[in-house]
Amino acid sequence: MRAENASKRNTVSRFAAVMMLLFGLLAAALFLNLAIGSVRLTLGEIRALLFNGKDASTESIILFNVRMPRMLLAALLGGALAVSGFLLQSFFRNPIAGPFVLGISSGAKMIVGITMIFLTGRIAMSPGVTVAAAFLGSLLITALVLLFSQKVKNMELLLVVGIMVGYICSAVTDMAVTFASEQDIVNLKYWSMGTFSGKGWDSVVTAAVICLPAVLTSWLLSKPMGAYALGEGYAKSMGVSVKPFRVALILLSSLLSACVTALAGPISFVGIAVPHITRRLLKTSRPAFVIPAAFLAGAVFCVFCDLIARTVFAPTELNIGTVTSIFGAPIVISMMISRRRRESA
Amino acid sequence: MSFFETRGLAVGYNGKTLIRDIDIALEKGGILTLIGPNGSGKSTILKTIARQLAAIRGTVAIEGGELSAMTVKELAKKQAVVLTDRIRPELLSVREIVELGRYPYTNIVGRMTDEDKRIVDDSLELVSVKPLADRDFMTLSDGQKQRVILARALAQQPELLILDEPTAFLDIKHKTELLSVLRYLARERGVTVIMSLHETDLAAKASDLLLCVKGETIAAFGTPDEVIKKVPIEELYDLKKGSYNAAFGSVELEKAEGKPKVFVIAGAGFGIPVMRRLQRERVPFAAGILFENDVDAAVANNLASECVTATAFEPMREEHFIRARALMLSCEEVIDAGAPIGKLNEYNGKLLEIAKEKGLLHYD
Repeated sequence: MRAENASKRNTVSRFAAVMMLLFGLLAAALFLNLAIGSVRLTLGEIRALLFNGKDASTESIILFNVRMPRMLLAALLGGALAVSGFLLQSFFRNPIAGPFVLGISSGAKMIVGITMIFLTGRIAMSPGVTVAAAFLGSLLITALVLLFSQKVKNMELLLVVGIMVGYICSAVTDMAVTFASEQDIVNLKYWSMGTFSGKGWDSVVTAAVICLPAVLTSWLLSKPMGAYALGEGYAKSMGVSVKPFRVALILLSSLLSACVTALAGPISFVGIAVPHITRRLLKTSRPAFVIPAAFLAGAVFCVFCDLIARTVFAPTELNIGTVTSIFGAPIVISMMISRRRRESA
Repeated sequence: MSFFETRGLAVGYNGKTLIRDIDIALEKGGILTLIGPNGSGKSTILKTIARQLAAIRGTVAIEGGELSAMTVKELAKKQAVVLTDRIRPELLSVREIVELGRYPYTNIVGRMTDEDKRIVDDSLELVSVKPLADRDFMTLSDGQKQRVILARALAQQPELLILDEPTAFLDIKHKTELLSVLRYLARERGVTVIMSLHETDLAAKASDLLLCVKGETIAAFGTPDEVIKKVPIEELYDLKKGSYNAAFGSVELEKAEGKPKVFVIAGAGFGIPVMRRLQRERVPFAAGILFENDVDAAVANNLASECVTATAFEPMREEHFIRARALMLSCEEVIDAGAPIGKLNEYNGKLLEIAKEKGLLHYD
């Protein structure tokens, strides 16, 4: 009995410690993001600006209209991406699944590009419409990947298929871009590479309205997700209504990754690397613990990556995808290698 | 009305019937085992009973309640499964896996009450994996994993436990231990068990009822004795290169046919290793003189080309001796398996003397 309580306490106290660590990191990241840039702000200045509220000073505009929405967007979308990846991993029961490697992000990008260029003729679509288009694209490609997954049981092979599908979608997007007007091309290129820059409060609100309820709903699915980890047969025998559950997983994960792609462009590897690190930190893969921690960790990861993207070669900005790839891809490679080793052992 | 019943059940995939007219009745606390060759449809029947697969025709009922009318939750409280699917969860402890068994009883976020925890502990103890509770599942051996999977099923507090080949991948120690646990559950906890096994000998020993699955209908259903009498194991499995000894539940490999080259003087079990060695070396042989109730006679029946047997509990008679001597002298070699010679089998002593005189005798 004592051992049982100890282990239980262990998981819970570990979770609490990890959450505290992540909150601390997030606070630090948020502060750095507000402070660092072409105009440097000290903690005191930030505090004064926040306290006084918005005014007409350059500092105030930089803080309230540029840095703050950008930072909040990076945090929200980073968290959304991590949860989206975790949902896909639960669905495929494989930690290497993610919206980017399965081509889902590229599919969203394709539909958004086509909508921008051919349907509305405007690059500056409202965030809501962009998300809707991206959601459609995500679902389209997810359906395609699911179709393949019935034929291809091997996850590694499915990834290759996903990456190829991603290439096809990118090619279609590039083709569409050639028909766009001169001025639009620059913006489109910028968006299609992925960035948090130049986003206003409307994007933040859209992201919050979509992502927060979606993450909460995902968390409420923790229980069936845990059962599903043992396989469909066991899940069914325990009382999971497998079909609606699977549909819910796909819809939520598509919605989250669509929201990210629509508002910031495709961002690679966060969906795999962050849940992986989170599971290692928590030492459990129980969804009830992993989902909130992964959301926070994703926020920390993206806020830091965005900081690097805009400061390392300032005033030139890097794509956010470039930075997340540099940190994320090696983690994914090491995961695949260690899995191989474990399987052959 | 029995605790568990199927009526006119037909099972199969995609609307195609594989096996039909399955009528099973099983009392509470009974163990029913499905035996039959690979691909005969044992899993299909189990999956249909577990409602993982829709029945093509007919009904399955527990305590008179039809399975098809139950919600998934109701069903999950009545029956639990151990499947052949190999599970490979990442970073889950043994306890966390067993806790999943409380799924149909916990609230929307899966909170474990004290009662739930007590049942999980109880389940861990029943299959003796309590000391492993905090270990990562993936670090366990196959035998340990299988116990944990059984513990998870038990945490569901099922009245009916369905197991598909639970002893596959297990060594003989773990096989027998697992079956002992099932017997205990059936006897002490009144859990009704339906499973499939590859090991016909263990199936006959561990089960109250056997069901032979072969072809489009059920080949036999009844107590192990009845079933094995009705459908010999050789026939059930199309065993052409070997034979099955129902009394021992053991299998002998294909016998070496032909005119015997070696005569084995055996008895009291001394002949078994000699006869099995000759089988391996593919030497046709004869054996004698054996009492019909001798274990050597049972094996000689399966392996020897010819065998001279005598009536049990009576001294061997001269007619046996004459037949055995003729058979022995037609062989190139005689092996003394080392069986003791007593009052009832004096003729075997005489055979040995003759073999010695003729220079045919080899000791084993």
